[in-house]
Amino acid sequence: MSAPLLQVDGLTVRLEVRGERRPVLRDVALTVREGEALGLVGESGSGKSMTARAIDRLLPRGAEVDGSIRFDGRDVHALSGADLRRYRNQVAMIFQDPRAHVNPVRRIGDYMTEALRTNLGTPAAAAANRASDMLSQVGIDGGARRLRQYPHELSGGMLQRVMIAAALLTEPRLLLADEPTTALDVTTQAEVMAILDGLRREFGLAMLFITHDLELAAAICDRTAVMYAGQIVEVRESGRLHDDPLHPYTAALAAARPDITRAAGRLRAIPGRPLSAFEAPPGECAFAPRCPHAQDACRAGVPPLSELDGGLSRCVRAHELRGKLGEPANA
Amino acid sequence: MLAASLLIASFVIFAAVYLAPGNPISALSGGRALPASSIRVLEARYHLNEPFFAQYWYWLTNALHGNLGISIILRENVSTLIASRIWTTAGLVLYASVLILVFGIGMGIVAGLRPGFLDTSTLVITAISAAIPSFVAAIVLILLFSVKLGWFPALGNGTSFLSNVQHFTLPAVALAFSALAIVARVTRASIREESDREHVQTAISRGIPARQLIRRHILRNAAIPITTITGITIASLIAVAAVVETAFSLNGLGAYLVQAAESKDLAVVQGISLVLVTAFVVVNMLVDVLYALLDPRVSLGSRAQ
Amino acid sequence: MSAQVTTVAVPGTKRSRSLSGLRGTGVAGMMSAAVIALATIAAVFGPLLAPFNPDLPNLSLAWVGPVGGHLLGYDFQGRDVLSRLLAGAQSSMLGPLAVVILSMAAGAVLAVVAAWRRGAADAVISSGLDILFAFPGILLAVLATAIFGAGLTAAAIALSIAYMPYVARVLRGVALRERSQPYVAALEVQGSSATTICLRHIIPNMLPLIVAQATIMFGWAMVDLAAISFLGLGVQPPAPNWGVMISENQTGILQGYPLPALSAGVCIVAVVIAFNILGERLFEQAQEARR
Repeated sequence: MSAPLLQVDGLTVRLEVRGERRPVLRDVALTVREGEALGLVGESGSGKSMTARAIDRLLPRGAEVDGSIRFDGRDVHALSGADLRRYRNQVAMIFQDPRAHVNPVRRIGDYMTEALRTNLGTPAAAAANRASDMLSQVGIDGGARRLRQYPHELSGGMLQRVMIAAALLTEPRLLLADEPTTALDVTTQAEVMAILDGLRREFGLAMLFITHDLELAAAICDRTAVMYAGQIVEVRESGRLHDDPLHPYTAALAAARPDITRAAGRLRAIPGRPLSAFEAPPGECAFAPRCPHAQDACRAGVPPLSELDGGLSRCVRAHELRGKLGEPANA
Repeated sequence: MLAASLLIASFVIFAAVYLAPGNPISALSGGRALPASSIRVLEARYHLNEPFFAQYWYWLTNALHGNLGISIILRENVSTLIASRIWTTAGLVLYASVLILVFGIGMGIVAGLRPGFLDTSTLVITAISAAIPSFVAAIVLILLFSVKLGWFPALGNGTSFLSNVQHFTLPAVALAFSALAIVARVTRASIREESDREHVQTAISRGIPARQLIRRHILRNAAIPITTITGITIASLIAVAAVVETAFSLNGLGAYLVQAAESKDLAVVQGISLVLVTAFVVVNMLVDVLYALLDPRVSLGSRAQ
Repeated sequence: MSAQVTTVAVPGTKRSRSLSGLRGTGVAGMMSAAVIALATIAAVFGPLLAPFNPDLPNLSLAWVGPVGGHLLGYDFQGRDVLSRLLAGAQSSMLGPLAVVILSMAAGAVLAVVAAWRRGAADAVISSGLDILFAFPGILLAVLATAIFGAGLTAAAIALSIAYMPYVARVLRGVALRERSQPYVAALEVQGSSATTICLRHIIPNMLPLIVAQATIMFGWAMVDLAAISFLGLGVQPPAPNWGVMISENQTGILQGYPLPALSAGVCIVAVVIAFNILGERLFEQAQEARR
């Protein structure tokens, strides 16, 4: 098996918040192979966005980073100058809120071709043509006219497509998609997702797809990783995640989603609220306070991420709980 | 909107004749006793026997034609008196504006882009300079640079262009000194704010080099609030110039306005007030136009707060 | 079970204040408060504290430097500078106080009415205020003194009118934000009248910002009024006033006796810096309390 395109090991990030150092990521490990799509699922505060930012070196000033992030075998955090810029061309990030992430006083054409003209030296006319072509690939017609428009003249959905198109223009090898459809309405979500998924497969790009929606990740990604309180708690083939989860949190997430095919009595919510990395009780399993299967062994120390049946799990009881996690403790 | 302001302002200036205690004649004459023939001349010139709004109309149309009445003290056309002094004030305000643009915005940009020593010292300097009124700055500058060091003359206008510049330097610095502070602060704050915006993150994630980043995404966007505050500040210089002109004995409109107010030469006061308010409104209009040009989201006439 | 209508204590009507009050403004804030307190004491007790007579001229002593008990020397008319500074504190502080009270009262009322009524009333008030913006404060004050005669009253009223649109605009934004808070709707549903809600809930919640704005405005008013007195259109000599003192003693600078004018300047600058710093700190505090 060839070396993975992206390899993250032991990634721990601490940020300074109001004078104290708080952990936001703890010992995060994941791999993405060439052409593979990995979903990264978690609730607010789980650290999924922060992981993407760490990979793309977009962390705020004063962030402490431990552990390693390797892209194509090279340490990302050791890159500088021209190497760093080349890295940034090969890894493209798609952000959540397109309106905030596109400069409102510059034209769409400027936005799309900026990286091409500045970093790759593409002449303006050629860059504009490529931008036009890419726009039609994401389903936006009238290329030349669109390039002269300003962001406020486009809807949110269109702007997100523009962002996707712009990301693909530099021919990256890895896409970091940070909840690209969360800020859009449901119908537009489906359209944009289809475009993103389609183009990704067509160009053979690897993707780290971040979302809070377990089903969505499982639908378009080959493998899915689940995060809780700044840690990866499970990594699994997407197809098996729903029926054979390896961690109680994954099972609870899957069960909490209302099923439209059956009438249910009560919505199954997970008791308590999701914790961020710095709120997690130290020296024990972060999910233990809310887990229906927690025992003393769970509080004895931070559980390691261990292999199980082709996937990874941070539950010390994963072995014994297999098969029993698919159904909730009390139906 | 600004045109409406100008109209109302002109009305207030005109109405000053009636707001004054006593009757219009005593207001126009500044409380001096006048021979009956002079009174009749005043009545005719100001149409005092006609309805109020008709008088306003005459006064306004006269003003638009350049006829601003006659000074009761110097017995000359107000417009001539203004014309001879207007370049002093204009030159002073221009000089001070250049200083504000170069040093105010310059300091703000440096402080905004580099946290650390330069930033802290900018904050301290602006905190102090904001509190120093122009006339206090004037006497300190005169003390330091005129009396002690002898680099610049203390008072008066100067004769040639070069000596004008020499004579206007200290006054321009005094005028610009406290105005610098707010321009520098707003510039710094805008640059800080723009640097933290998400679209800058997008550009960083694409590997745009720092110089381009600053120019195209931070400065270009920050230019909007910076232009607004600079414009407003420059507009306010028009009024404060009066204080500086008095302190340095410059022969400008502001100083003359003060003298006319003291000697109750109402026609002159009205004339100069009208000119200054018009200048103020025109500068504000320019700011609006610039704002609309810089921000494609905004159409002319709506300056977001 | 009989239905009883009771007024429920609506949560969120009083914002919790952490680090409120003077202690929360930090070292700079407290030092500024101390300077302001000193100035206020001088303003109230000035003439009593003055070691010598501030008003009696003695031309033979003009421009004499610090000697004997005269820490700051004599001014251009042979009067003790320190005594004149202390006596002058009164008019130098009272003027700005009046301006602040007048402009903030008028501005706050207009702002709350505009924010409460919204719609047409708001549009009219806002347009009216926009129009008033065309008059810079000093210009209006000069015009007023030309009409009504030189003096502190005319200048102070004119400045209040010039400042009011700015105050109203700032406070209107805050009032609009308060107006759209859920607790206001809750109070309306419970039957509270508009005046009650405005007076007992909205304005108290705006108070930290109002106080911060007033503090900063005091500094501006002080600068503008001192400038007007410096021009000779405000407080009239021989009455003591810091702005007047600078203008009176300006010739001393050219002749080598800078102390009288400079000391008056230092007083003005010190007090204005104090108000600026305190005002900014109070602003930060008010913003923090909103979160």
